[in-house]
Amino acid sequence: MTAESRHSSPPVIRFADVTLGYDTRVILRDLNLEVYKGEVVALIGGSGSGKTTLLRAATGQIRAQKGTVTVFDHDVNRTTPQQLGAVRRRMGVLFQQGALFTDLSVFGNVAFPLRELSKDSEAVILEKVLDKLDQVGLKRAAHLSVSEISGGMARRVALARAIVLEPEIILFDEPFAGLDPISLGMTARLIRSLTDKLGCATVLITHDLEESFLIADQVYMVGDGSLVVSGTPDEVRQSDNSLARQFLKGASSGPVVFEYPPSDDFDRWLSRHREGVK
Amino acid sequence: MIVNFITALGARVTRPILSLGICFRFFLDILARSSVVFKRPRLVIEQIHFIGNYSLIIIAVSGLFVGFVLGLQGYYTLTRYGSEEALGVMVALGLVRELGPVVTALLFAGRAGTSITAEIGLMKAGEQIAAIEVMGINPLRRIVVPRFWGGVIAMPILALIFSAVGIIGGWLVAVVLIGVDGGSFWSQMQSAVDIRDDILAGFIKSVVFGLAVMLVSVYEGWMSRPTPEGVARATTRTVVVSSLLVLALDFLLTAVMFGG
Repeated sequence: MTAESRHSSPPVIRFADVTLGYDTRVILRDLNLEVYKGEVVALIGGSGSGKTTLLRAATGQIRAQKGTVTVFDHDVNRTTPQQLGAVRRRMGVLFQQGALFTDLSVFGNVAFPLRELSKDSEAVILEKVLDKLDQVGLKRAAHLSVSEISGGMARRVALARAIVLEPEIILFDEPFAGLDPISLGMTARLIRSLTDKLGCATVLITHDLEESFLIADQVYMVGDGSLVVSGTPDEVRQSDNSLARQFLKGASSGPVVFEYPPSDDFDRWLSRHREGVK
Repeated sequence: MIVNFITALGARVTRPILSLGICFRFFLDILARSSVVFKRPRLVIEQIHFIGNYSLIIIAVSGLFVGFVLGLQGYYTLTRYGSEEALGVMVALGLVRELGPVVTALLFAGRAGTSITAEIGLMKAGEQIAAIEVMGINPLRRIVVPRFWGGVIAMPILALIFSAVGIIGGWLVAVVLIGVDGGSFWSQMQSAVDIRDDILAGFIKSVVFGLAVMLVSVYEGWMSRPTPEGVARATTRTVVVSSLLVLALDFLLTAVMFGG
């Protein structure tokens, strides 16, 4: 997608000077991000850098401490529960752990949003669900219960459930985690083709740089509590930012430290613990 | 030192009041979203079937043994006064008015209540509740309300089964085993047990107990910490709180219904 066409329509997701966190703890600050229809945006960053927090803000699960999060022209921090529900019904979300319903079959899980939110007949639901399961290669596993399938298969079922309503925004939290190389490549191609076919906006939270850079139009990298770099995959690859360079190369030395940073909380805990041991 | 003590004491007083307020608001939220019962009755029917299946065997077997014991104890006591013909009345009134609703509610809390708490708690821990929420579906309406009303409807049915099986148990011991006259057993029961004063009163009790047990069960599941330990603690609280609540409510209802 060219830069011109990218900006021909307003963004469906916009983070404007957003600060996110839990209670008093700040995870990400002064974040600016835009996602447009028809594009795949990859959100990369180290573990614990706040990628999932960002996704939770886009779905209205947490409120921004500062700034505005706009989805379909609605400020998700200021919408009524009814408006938020309507916004969410236009989204599909793939959770990090899959979040499948363990008492339902593979078919029942994918059919769940259709049964709850559409007026489709069971015959139509059957066709739609089998079609989506076919896309993730699990059509013939429709009858199995969730406890009978592997972790990788469960993620593919969750993927089918996220796209079954053909939403206008699809948010994937680690869609490639736990997948074998064949499933990984197929899933990446599926995400790209779905975005092109449905014209939806896709946000991809991932650690898998190779696959995500192949299908992404835009890449945002977060780290050290803020947005580090953004641009097309090529622009990010060529970035001079030391944090981005270390992350892309997977180097152990650089501004990103492997060890958890020191804090007063830890010092207090350790001294209390040591007193207790004495 | 004294300030800390007063603060701790105050916290011990305010915390339960706060929890009570949150629980009451939760109950109002359930009532406000209960239209789903009429719009999608199948969800509630599924829960009645599920909860009923869970508890039916334990309720029926317990009812039978309680009936056996009532028959035996009643016979030993009444035979001293030569009024063993009144055994049917004693068994029936004991079961319909008190033991049926109370014991059913206690068993119901231990069997169905805990499973509902654990189910909701585990759904929370496995992000299933969050997944429903981000689909734009209200999880309270979809998950909690059908379970709540399913349990409330199942409870009086189970209490009725408990009482019926208990009466059969009493009859087996008194008439078949001991040899009390079967005609007197049934006819005295028929003439002494009143539909409104006894059966309806027992029914009302079982509905109130059903409401209490189900509210505690779904509330504990909903508020549980999304960890294995959190779910285990919530399950234990469901048994303890709902059992005490049932016994306290039974005292109040008995005083109101049969007090004068």
